Amino acid sequence: MKNYRLQLMVCAGTACVSNHSLEIKEALEREIKNHNLENEAQVVQTGCNGFCGAGPILVVQPDGIFYQLLKVTDVKQIVEEHLIKGRPVKKLLYTPPEEKTPIPKLSDIPFFAEQTLIALRNRGLIDPENIDDYIARGGYKALAKVLTSMTPDEVLNEIKISGLRGRGGGGFPTGVKWESCKKAHGDEKYVICNADEGDPGAFMDRSIIEGDPHSVIEGMIIGAYAIENVKQGYIYVRMEYPLAIKRFQIAINQAREYGLLGQNIFDKGFDFDIEIRRGAGAFVCGESTALMASIEGKPGEPRAKYIHTVEKGLWDKPTCLNNVETWANVPQIILRGGKWFASIGTGDVSEDPWGGSKGTKVFSLAGKVNNTGLVEVPMGITLRDIIFRIGGGIRDGKKFKAVQTGGPSGGFIPESLIDLPVDYEELTKVGSMMGSGGMVVTDEDNCMVDMAKYFLAFTQAESCGKCIPCREGTKRMLDILEKITAGQGTEEDLVLLEELSNAIVESSLCALGGSAPNPVLTTLKYFRDEYEAHVKDKKCPAHICRQLNTYKINEKICLEIGHGCDVCKKYCPDGAIIGERKKVHYIDPAKCGKCGACYDVCNFNAIYIE
Amino acid sequence: MEYNATEVAKKIAARWGNKPENIIEMMHDIQTELNYLPKDVLYEVSKFASVPISKIYNIATFYNAFSLKPKGKYKICVCMGTPCHALGAPRIVSALERELEIKCGDTTKDMKYSLEITGCVGTCGLAPVVVINEDLYGPVQVSGVQKLIKKYDSK
Repeated sequence: MKNYRLQLMVCAGTACVSNHSLEIKEALEREIKNHNLENEAQVVQTGCNGFCGAGPILVVQPDGIFYQLLKVTDVKQIVEEHLIKGRPVKKLLYTPPEEKTPIPKLSDIPFFAEQTLIALRNRGLIDPENIDDYIARGGYKALAKVLTSMTPDEVLNEIKISGLRGRGGGGFPTGVKWESCKKAHGDEKYVICNADEGDPGAFMDRSIIEGDPHSVIEGMIIGAYAIENVKQGYIYVRMEYPLAIKRFQIAINQAREYGLLGQNIFDKGFDFDIEIRRGAGAFVCGESTALMASIEGKPGEPRAKYIHTVEKGLWDKPTCLNNVETWANVPQIILRGGKWFASIGTGDVSEDPWGGSKGTKVFSLAGKVNNTGLVEVPMGITLRDIIFRIGGGIRDGKKFKAVQTGGPSGGFIPESLIDLPVDYEELTKVGSMMGSGGMVVTDEDNCMVDMAKYFLAFTQAESCGKCIPCREGTKRMLDILEKITAGQGTEEDLVLLEELSNAIVESSLCALGGSAPNPVLTTLKYFRDEYEAHVKDKKCPAHICRQLNTYKINEKICLEIGHGCDVCKKYCPDGAIIGERKKVHYIDPAKCGKCGACYDVCNFNAIYIE
Repeated sequence: MEYNATEVAKKIAARWGNKPENIIEMMHDIQTELNYLPKDVLYEVSKFASVPISKIYNIATFYNAFSLKPKGKYKICVCMGTPCHALGAPRIVSALERELEIKCGDTTKDMKYSLEITGCVGTCGLAPVVVINEDLYGPVQVSGVQKLIKKYDSK
């Protein structure tokens, strides 16, 4: 391999690509050629860098100079100033909110400095479409170690010592799952990678696949070897992630070419191959039995798990299903040892596999937080550290209200519990859950009743319809929430909501229904005052529930700044706006349907909510 | 769009080994090629893959990704992930409904645009996000919706 003085790592994750990072890459290559620097500087497209809110991102190595929010027009300056004269371009560097001095180095930026990377160890450092990059960073070394010097039992034991638990949300100990599958009768078994990351607000798995697909594949091969009698693996990816599907396919093809998948791997008489199956837009397929039904070409309906999938899973054969992040942790555990992994995190897993949360967890931090993106942190870190130190606090200096973890199955955690350590058991105790790792921050402008309604609408639409508590129960809950947000709720409704929630939790067939009421239960518990404001005062404190708002026009702004532009009148579906061009406009409260269209379309912010 | 139902079904079923368990993948490929799942092609693929047509309709109506109705040339999907919702996605939907003069889920009369909501597309750093065919936009603002559609009007 050729040595370059400088390496320009351009982020090619979905978020950066949609903001034209590939055009930036081309422009860099063009400009480098124009200055005859081809032998000194190399442009590399990498997987997701993680700091998605700052994209498109460029990191110049070996110094790790971090450029953000780039445009194609910035490229010339970077090449001329930084590459030739050695002076990083100040205005393109990251500057923390409310500060003036930029931080040039990636490793000094708080967002990155506070993270511990295991599953994401290669992020931004390799070209995910090139297997050689992965190998150069120690990739497939764990597989070589396993196949040449470890028995399947030794591999399993290492995973058990590590205390690794399912990163898809359930937190089931991986070693226990592998062992049960290994012990199950049958000479034909399967491993599956669950990449049906359906939780809204979660994008860790997408980033791992897009940035480092081989780490998942390597983990699966090791798992297949440890469980034994596994010749076929499946990766089930949701179709909303086209780039992830593409990169997985490239990675599988390359691994086959290198003899890492297929017949007689490493000449050890071990055969294993992987195929991709695309999801079809059904959230419930993230549930293991539904996912397996979908791979079999059936509608993705879950079944009761009296018999576990490790005994009767895909095609009724023993099947071991793990999440993307779980698989991606496996090679590092093999290389660095289960003990090392178990030294990170909380609790003690040497006796009880459920005794603690070990290693790191990747979270996708999004919503009303300054630094949105992907963070990998040791288990046991507090929510405050994640949101305020890594996340840089709340946008626009607003007040923090709650953080939502675990997607539609999780709950809202209020400010009073923000010092809670991130750990499977701790999060469950307060009514939420670890979930796959979505972490959505809300501020004072968000209405908690509306957020609960949002999640209920989601689970209700995604309920597969097989069992009645989930199909009918979530529908009735949604009806009540709609009634409340429309200002027609009563105090009895709140009691009914709680009763219904408990009934659904108790009696649903799968985890989708069993956890669907969590967003409602936690908001009722921690933000009851907001529900009461909707029900008793018929007001939405955050002004989100439009039917409870009263829209008014500020006459001064309308006339003096907007000059009576008449746009609101054009868009009002109820004919409630009185006035003509160049004159002041009014809203007729008797006719106003409270849709808020006028509020949205006014270019002068002349319309306000009373 | 002109197509030969038998040819399309035969080609796609063969790509997946005519195996009944791969029916979902075949349906994906049909939809990618023809923009929706036409009845005649489904009947043909049912023969090649040996899957009863009733089962194919069961799958087509179960999964959100499949459509039995033709879609517009440009499929506008507003992301309904949590961060997008928290940052105002419902307002983007209303703005698009006003701009295109259709309701969410419908297609314009000239078959140019379909408006839909979609599950989280996983680019939460850019919320609120709108996806038009393969192009992803974000953060989208209510005031920018008109300009966004104009880009496609001339195409």
